[in-house]
Amino acid sequence: MKRISKLGGSVFDWLEAVGRAGLLLSQSVFHLPRSIAGALSLLGKQIYSVGYLSLIIVVVSGLFIGMVLSLQGYSILVKFGSEQSVGQLVALTLLRELGPVVTALLFAGRACSALTAEIGLMKATEQLSSLEMMGVDPYRRIIAPRFIAGLICLPILSVIFSAVGIIGGEFVAVDWLGIHDGSFWSLMQQSVVFGNDVVNGIIKSFCFAIAVTWIAVYQGYECTPTSEGIGKATTTTVVLGSLSVLALDFILTAAMFGDF
Amino acid sequence: MRNKQIELLVGVFIVFGFAGLAYLAIQVSGLAFADKQDSYQVVARFDDIGGLTPRAKVAVAGVTIGSVESITFDKELYMALVTMNIDQDIDNLPIDSTASILTSGLLGEKYIGLSIGAEDTFLASGDEVYDTQSALVLENLISQFLFNSTTGDGE
Repeated sequence: MKRISKLGGSVFDWLEAVGRAGLLLSQSVFHLPRSIAGALSLLGKQIYSVGYLSLIIVVVSGLFIGMVLSLQGYSILVKFGSEQSVGQLVALTLLRELGPVVTALLFAGRACSALTAEIGLMKATEQLSSLEMMGVDPYRRIIAPRFIAGLICLPILSVIFSAVGIIGGEFVAVDWLGIHDGSFWSLMQQSVVFGNDVVNGIIKSFCFAIAVTWIAVYQGYECTPTSEGIGKATTTTVVLGSLSVLALDFILTAAMFGDF
Repeated sequence: MRNKQIELLVGVFIVFGFAGLAYLAIQVSGLAFADKQDSYQVVARFDDIGGLTPRAKVAVAGVTIGSVESITFDKELYMALVTMNIDQDIDNLPIDSTASILTSGLLGEKYIGLSIGAEDTFLASGDEVYDTQSALVLENLISQFLFNSTTGDGE
């Protein structure tokens, strides 16, 4: 009997946590800011720390992933004598899958963990309560700019990732392995449809952005305000964020490309 | 001063994003915005398109002069209706040209090859190429070959 009540209790705890996360999102995002200029300046700072500072890691990993894809694709396709279509392979893999997913995973590790730690430390040092004392809504002031910056930055980062990856793939395939660059580009352009592949990739990364940033701000806001609690919340952000990206990716891929 | 620098770097970031998007649109997916205006459309009906896809190339003498716009099913004639975009510059294709579905290489992609006819009137927008040759379907070829070889043995 005790076990059953415990089970029920944990279900209720979980439902409460989901409810708190939903309330956090609605209270921070669906409120109009008091002054547009102030909101924009807060948002700019967050885009700088979430987006611009993640640029290096995204560009470098995009370059290497594109180069590796190109090399691996070549070594398999050359057996069938169709090594020209390596451009098609690199472009479609990057645009549909690897671009959005790997960028979201990097983003969860690089930017979202920092978000959680920052908000958690603000809570531990009671900055959030002092803001409330001064009559400033911490949801609007702290959570909303971070969440919206994540939504803006992740799609941009994933577009940059795919573009850089394709440049890296072209470098390996054309300049190094000696595939004719005309057939490389023309086969790629024939198979990539902008409205289908590129736009769906951007929609995907927007959905990932909602998931990982939401998890990050929620974990930061709800963490136990101790150094141990902040560390735990940061770990949870990265683990939960990455898992939700991968699970969401399967659902979105099935919805977008699954109509055979 | 510090604020200005952040604004500048955010600007750099967003410009990078748009540059990446433009690159993906123009170089990778081959979107050309002025393409539609300087081409005219010609249709052809095929018995079997055998794996031809939209955006496949249309070639004369191996040189690409256009692309396949759309492929639909003609309900009345039970045939595939293929609409092609052909470059405006190529305005002297004879009206009795033949459209055939060919394969580039042994396993390569399908494309439409136009063989030039002899008439003096030329194809214009909306015209139909009546003389068509369907794609070679490997299974049909093999079954034909087997059928011929068994009857050959019987004689």
